[in-house]
Amino acid sequence: MRLKLLGALGVAALLAGCSNDHTNTGANTGSGAAVQPSGPVPGSEADLVANVGDRVFFELNQSGLSGDAKATLDKQADWLAKYPQVAVQIAGNCDDRGTEEYNLALGQRRANAARDYLVAKGSSSSRLTTISYGKDRPTATGEGEDVWAQNRNAITSVQ
Amino acid sequence: MVSISNRYLPDHEAEALVEAFGPNGMRRRSLLGGGLAAGAGLVGGLTATPLSAWAAADAPAAEITVDQARTAPIPIVIPSFGPGIGEQITQVVTNDLSNTGLFKVLPGSAMSGTPDFAPYKAMGAHAAVTGGFSGSGSIRVEFRLWDVLAGQQIQGTAYTTNSANWRRIAHIMGDVIYQRMLGEKGYFDTRIGFISRSGSVHQPRMRLAVMDQDGANCRILSSTQTKLPAFSPVRDQIAFLSYASSVPRIYVFDLASGHQRIIGDFNGVPLGPHYSPDGNTLVVPVAKGSGSDLYSVNIASGAKRQITSSGGAINVSPSFSPDGSQIVFNSDKGGSPALYIMSASGGAARRLSYGSGHYGDSVWSPRGDLIGFTRISGGQFSLGVMNPDGTGERIMTQGYTVESPSFCPNGRVLAFSRGGASGGAAIHTIDITGFHERAIPTPEGGSGPTWSPLNV
Repeated sequence: MRLKLLGALGVAALLAGCSNDHTNTGANTGSGAAVQPSGPVPGSEADLVANVGDRVFFELNQSGLSGDAKATLDKQADWLAKYPQVAVQIAGNCDDRGTEEYNLALGQRRANAARDYLVAKGSSSSRLTTISYGKDRPTATGEGEDVWAQNRNAITSVQ
Repeated sequence: MVSISNRYLPDHEAEALVEAFGPNGMRRRSLLGGGLAAGAGLVGGLTATPLSAWAAADAPAAEITVDQARTAPIPIVIPSFGPGIGEQITQVVTNDLSNTGLFKVLPGSAMSGTPDFAPYKAMGAHAAVTGGFSGSGSIRVEFRLWDVLAGQQIQGTAYTTNSANWRRIAHIMGDVIYQRMLGEKGYFDTRIGFISRSGSVHQPRMRLAVMDQDGANCRILSSTQTKLPAFSPVRDQIAFLSYASSVPRIYVFDLASGHQRIIGDFNGVPLGPHYSPDGNTLVVPVAKGSGSDLYSVNIASGAKRQITSSGGAINVSPSFSPDGSQIVFNSDKGGSPALYIMSASGGAARRLSYGSGHYGDSVWSPRGDLIGFTRISGGQFSLGVMNPDGTGERIMTQGYTVESPSFCPNGRVLAFSRGGASGGAAIHTIDITGFHERAIPTPEGGSGPTWSPLNV
């Protein structure tokens, strides 16, 4: 199954050429990839994840930004100012304790909240796109508040 | 055993089509039209001929209501229709009727002519079917329904069609039996659209699929990410949300031709489409800022009209009353997600749900008598129904996730999605009384079922 999936992705990537590849290269680096002793390339997705923080978290059914969330977004705004050529997508996600359609709207509300904060901190809105995945892309699986809390987020990724 | 057609568009092709709509795209689409087509698909048509009654003129159907049949399922003899396809037809009719819980199907031996009713009476049968099938490429299926107690024929029909249509003949016969015995139209000759889910739980592949209501003839129709499909209540068409090129857009997909097109250009992010009862209008929630408002879009002209002004609240899951005059929807304008009802043209909304927890997935029964919903409370999901005035709330089933209810055309059964905490989901059906829940077999995981009208 895994082999089949990788095969399909490979073919799609070949045929799609330079078009957007939405696989998360930071997280999906194969086991065979060489380790960079000097750390992530500055301005890359891996740099964002390792040195800035790519995600902020929300309370149940809320889209308000906590102090921690604002601190992370402040660092993202600084990072975006440092690498003006980088465009990012902010993906809003939800735990699975809501319906499909409501959560799709809630995820958009969260992505917009993070985007609006970055814009208020000086990031150009032309570099920021948003998308909602509702509850379709959980970071963690299982039952309980610890799991659900991880899945209520807005994740910033380099495009 | 169900099989999946692999004749769908690969991602890169679908996205190229969506972006281009240019000459190449159109040519490719029309070339693949046959492969994409997934209409009810009668090969070579179907002829239904009334059969003269042998015992007497067709008798009126037995007067048994659905409510009576729930407590005392109707004993009915369904014999073998012969070897091969005949036996398969028997199996499909038997499953259709048995799955309702309203019939107790008794096996019988094939018989032609006026049956000897004495053995049927001894078995306790109230009704019996006789018939048989002949032919190979073109087949003829004879079917007679008898009232055992009165000793009279209730219905007699001969169907002539291509043998490829044998499943539909079986479902159509099941619907005739349902209607003649219970006085309501059946729902066996129908399909269910849904999202076929595969791959990683963390980033599942979500493709539009359609199958017969019993899980047969499952076909995957898209390779791009899709969500929230809705079957037209009147024609062979499904509307859905697609993420082709990573931009959420509403598509309308014509099942017979395989043609699809984008509906609306919204100033915001469109969510799931929902049909009006006449099939001419879609109501689409559009997310913008912190909320989402409902817009009605004419499918033919594309003309849009905003029907809610939420001021930042989320309004989703609109569903029309069968007469088209009202809309029930899901909104968090009161603080947490609840159900509201308003005129289909918009204006003031009245709150319907007051129980603890969150409500969503509002869906109005085609009968008009009930509103189905999902309720989330204490970390658990419940699937319920209530009267359109908000009274009589009743929970049918519960679980980690039970959601996305969709009524069958006669309003007696709901399809829904049941999922667990480890991810993964499956399509189930349940009687509105909460009995007879069953899983529909699908090749992959399934979510977001949408029940078709009776096939045409």
